[in-house]
Amino acid sequence: MGKILAATGEGFNPPGAKDFDLPPFIDGVAFATKPILLLFLSVALISFFFIVSSRKAAVVPSKLQFAGEGVYSFVREGLGREIIGHDFLKFVPYLFTLFTFILVNNFFGIIPLIQFPTMSRVSFPYVLAVITFLVFHYVGVKKQGVIKYIKEIAFMPGVPKPVYILLTPIEIATFFIVRPLTLSLRLFANMFAGHLLLLVFFLGGEHLLMGAIGLKIVSPFAFIIGIALTFFEFMIQILQAYIFTLLTALYIAGALADEH
Amino acid sequence: MKTFSFAAAEELNPLIPHTAEIIAGFIAFALLYMVIRSKVTPMFEKAFTARTEAIEGGMAKAEQAQRDAEVALAQYTKQLASAQTEALSIREEARVQGAAILEELRMQAQQDAARITAAASASIESERQQAIVSLRNEVGTLATELASKIVGEALEDQVRQSRIVDRFLEDLEKSR
Repeated sequence: MGKILAATGEGFNPPGAKDFDLPPFIDGVAFATKPILLLFLSVALISFFFIVSSRKAAVVPSKLQFAGEGVYSFVREGLGREIIGHDFLKFVPYLFTLFTFILVNNFFGIIPLIQFPTMSRVSFPYVLAVITFLVFHYVGVKKQGVIKYIKEIAFMPGVPKPVYILLTPIEIATFFIVRPLTLSLRLFANMFAGHLLLLVFFLGGEHLLMGAIGLKIVSPFAFIIGIALTFFEFMIQILQAYIFTLLTALYIAGALADEH
Repeated sequence: MKTFSFAAAEELNPLIPHTAEIIAGFIAFALLYMVIRSKVTPMFEKAFTARTEAIEGGMAKAEQAQRDAEVALAQYTKQLASAQTEALSIREEARVQGAAILEELRMQAQQDAARITAAASASIESERQQAIVSLRNEVGTLATELASKIVGEALEDQVRQSRIVDRFLEDLEKSR
């Protein structure tokens, strides 16, 4: 940021990967960075909100309980019951944690003063994808046994034998590489690109404001587009949290299913 | 400027994860999961179960109430019908009884009338007899006295006297 402001005289220094690499605010303490702080802030906020809203568990809910229940039953019914079906209840805590965790960390991208989507740090989507990866394989192995589970993945039943030459590598790659990779990269890339887009318009607008008179006139448009994109980002943030949880539920459902 | 940007991008590959962040990520997620698993979902599930039970209980209660009401209605209808037939029979009985009482009363009145009439006629008869007897005695005495006065002959003899009177009266009746 400092560099950009310093460079105003010479030209625009476009935002890039460097804007996501925030150094620790305490020198030498690797954990004292903004993303990690936000991560724990999200844990505290989610815990607080849902503990308070679910504490009474009344038959006739208060407004707060109704709000908490709304999110909970959205995950429970829409993702748990709808997709996993039978025996979905034991996966609901995981899906619910996943959804709220991603959602709140995404929201940090547009919350004033915070304005940093935690999931634009690739480490966190990696962590979540690894957990989902472990969960759905564990569920599959537990349900069908190691050999049968791997066999079901590698040799999809009901396919002519020669096709396996083509299908087996694809299936193995899908289950063990593509799924966790796409899961994490989709979330990361969306948050990264979204934040970058906002930076471009807001920093660009700011830069234009300091330029010649002609550029000053154009500057408000950059801000207007930036604000419009903020709303757009809001939508993307919800969508990405939903997709991540939805795919996790689908993978679990697939591992639980008897037929492939 | 461009060279700087490229250099920066190469230096900061955004796809390379940081160890500290990975550790923090696992810890944060595990923490949140434990909180939600232990504190949040059980409570929400409790509320859901309680709500389902409340709704089902309410519905069962309503159904029971409806059944009770239907039973009561049937009972009342039956009772009403039986009451109506009972009333009808009572009315019928009352009419019959009334007619019987009326008949009885009339009979009694007739009997009374007949008895009174009979008593009256009996008393009249007895009085007449009495009058006839006393009249006969008196007429006898008077006639005897008169005859004795006329004939001049004492008819003291009772038997003779009585025969004379009877003959006299027979003559009197014949002549009438």
